This record gives sequence, C-alpha cells and structure tokens, in this order.
Amino acid sequence: MELPQNEFSDGPVETDVVIIGAGPVGLFAVFELGLLDIKCHLIDILDKVGGQCAELYPEKPIYDIPGLPVVSGQELTDRLMEQIKPFDPTFHLNERVDSLTKLDDGRFHLKTDVGRSFFCKVIVVGAGGGSFTPKRPPLQGIEGYEGTSVYYSVRRMEDFRDKDILVVGGGDSALDWTLSLQPIANSLTLLHRRDDFRAAPHSVEKMRELVALGQMRLMIGQMTSMDGVDGKLEGVTIKSKEGEERIAINTVLPFFGLTMKLGPIANWGLNLEENLIPVDTEKFETSEPGIFAIGDINTYPGKLKLILSGFHEAALMSQQAHRYIYPDKKLLFQYTTSSSNLQKKLGVK
Amino acid sequence: MAKITFIQPDGTSETVDATVGQTVMEVAKLADVAGIEAECGGACACATCHVYVAEDWREKTGKAAEMEEDMLDFAFDVREESRLSCQIKVTEELDGLIVQVPNKQF
Repeated sequence: MELPQNEFSDGPVETDVVIIGAGPVGLFAVFELGLLDIKCHLIDILDKVGGQCAELYPEKPIYDIPGLPVVSGQELTDRLMEQIKPFDPTFHLNERVDSLTKLDDGRFHLKTDVGRSFFCKVIVVGAGGGSFTPKRPPLQGIEGYEGTSVYYSVRRMEDFRDKDILVVGGGDSALDWTLSLQPIANSLTLLHRRDDFRAAPHSVEKMRELVALGQMRLMIGQMTSMDGVDGKLEGVTIKSKEGEERIAINTVLPFFGLTMKLGPIANWGLNLEENLIPVDTEKFETSEPGIFAIGDINTYPGKLKLILSGFHEAALMSQQAHRYIYPDKKLLFQYTTSSSNLQKKLGVK
Repeated sequence: MAKITFIQPDGTSETVDATVGQTVMEVAKLADVAGIEAECGGACACATCHVYVAEDWREKTGKAAEMEEDMLDFAFDVREESRLSCQIKVTEELDGLIVQVPNKQF
C-alpha cells in the first residue's frame, strides 16, 4: 500500500468537501461522497491515516466489521484506502484545523495550524475523540514552562543546541531524540521508569554505548517536580529506587504518548453536548447547515460508538451534502452492483 | 458475583458489584467510578485506566504482562503495584479486591 503524500502547496485549497479527521469513518465518507461525484480533501493531526485504528490499535483484531470476521486496525485502514483510491482524495497530514468561519457566499473557510486555508461548500467533522495531543505529565506548574523549556516535539534541532536536556520516556521518540540531540546538547539525560525499553533494540544499544562512554546519563525513575524562574526551567526532581535527586536541567522533552482532546472544535460555534456534537439522524448535520458530524464525535439518541455506525452515517450524510453541492441535480439512488455509472466511477467497468 | 472497592486519592471509597469475566475497568466504567477514563475502550492501548492494587491482593491479581508493562510507560507515577484495570479479569477469587485510583490519569 502506497503511503498518502502530503500536499505541499502554499496557496489556498478550493474543494467541495473538507473532511476533518482521516479515521475509518472519514475515509469511508470519501467513498460515499465520491459515488456522488463529490471531491474531498482530508485533514488529520496525525502523521498517518486511520485515526485511532492506526494510532491506538494497529495490530489489535476488530471483530464487528460486517463481512470481515476479523481485521486488524491497520488492515482495515489499508483496505479503506484501497476502496477509496478511485476517488483520489487529497490528504493533509500533520495538520490541525484551528479555525472555521462561514463566508457571506455560503462557503466555509478553514485555517490550519500551518497557516493553510481551505474553502469549501461542506464540512464533515469525523474527528473521533478529538485531536491527538501529546500527554502532559501532571506536574505542578508544567504549563508555565511549555514552549520555553518543556517541548513535546522537536521542530528545529538548533533550538536545542548547548542545552541541558532531559528526555523522558522509553519508546522510539524518546530514544531517537536522545541520539539526535546528544551531539549538540551541552548535557543530555534520558529518564525512564524502568531499565527496559520499547524502542528499537539498535537505538537502545547505541544509547547504552553513549552512557558507557560517559557522553550522556541514563536515569531510572520518574519526575516528581520541576523548579525554575519566570518560565525558565532550572531543575527537575527525580524519584528513583535510591531516593530523590534534583538535577540541573533547562530543557525537558517528555514522551508519554498521545491522548485525545476535543481541541479547537470547541471554538467553532457548534452546539456541543459533553464534548460531542449533536446531530439529527436523517442527515447527521450539526446545528450549522452544511457542517456534518459523523463517527465517534457525534451524538444522537441511541448513538453507538461503532465503526459500522459511522459508515452508515457517512452514507446518509452524503445524500444531503449532494444537495448543497449540486442544488440543481436530482439524486438518483443507485447500487454499485448494478449501476454502470457507479461502476465506471469505481474503475471496474 | 464479586465486590470490588475503588479508593479515590482523597480517601473516599466505593464498593461495587462485579460479574466474573468482566474486567476491573469495565466494572469501574459501569459504576461511573471517577478517575478511570479508559480512553481506548479496553484495548490496552492508552494507559488511562491505571490503578494501584492494594498490597494484600497483589498476589491474586498477578503481575502485568509484557504488553501491559509497555503501556504502563505511558502512565504517570507508576509503582510496583501499578496495573491497567482493563487487563485484570474479575474472578471469584478476586471477590473483595481493593484498588486505588491514581491522582491523575494524565
């Protein structure tokens, strides 16, 4: 399976539909919309498609997809990608939609965190549990150091030159950044709760070599507090089997995985019920005409957070989306088994 | 039937009925026990159902399996007695089990 490529055009994107979230339901929406000649762009905060299926449980078996007695999260994602290939959707990964405004001409304007603009007639929110964001260690006052001393990702390596860095975690992100930043840091300490690492064995081996050479320090323990002045971190206290120790540090990179937060969706003026978007059960439309919500992010009487429910929602949503995009065209209901028109779109005829 | 007691960080506790075969996470979610989030729905993929097993019960609940240990890396304030409650299956033997909910699930 080919990996979807990020589109790197600077100009604004004009399209029929923008789907926010490239999880299984967002991907299937491409199929249902595509059958109705509607073109889609998808935006996802993750660096890959598949949403929770790909991020949380790529290898876990799913047993309740109709027709597939067992399928892993990654396999389901791969199959959906194959299914929507004829409709050639454009993916914008590693991007988060920050703002949504309605224009006077009835279209919507979306802006992402990388400054890209999208203009579209219909928005489909398929954002699941919200945006995946790095987990913030629950240490008192940590918010005050974020962006000045505490970072959850490395955007520019140069920013870390000559710093006294503490990397926390035991997975690939923690180990990869340990190895990349160690040569330019003034000092580097890797902290993990146990002397056992999930990261690739060769990275762990390399890290241990650096420790043996005295070029970095490995500590087994957990952070208990931070101290500093005016947003500038000065030290971190670490609890280990031997007791507590404070080390002088001015930069921390915690890698504790991702969690889902509703994020900017809360500011788009949509009605919300306990962080979910209420929709009707005929069109799955939100309080704002032209904006739909499908999959885990929506709520309605009897809602079940199942992938198969999201697929159904995508199909019904598409009917109404068609009315907005082609107001003058009559919609003829067709089956893929018999319609030569649909089969042509799917490239099978 | 088994009873499971959840102790909150502030010391309050509640004892709820559990059915053999459920996971401790499911028991907590059904009873709306505060502090058990279970963001991934029980797939051992998020570490937001972290609990501390009371001392007398550790032998019966056993130790975390390797995959669960890996997931515990994503929890905070992990201790010797840390488990992910979605990975503890309720058995008759666990009737009376006491677990403590951590200060924060992250």
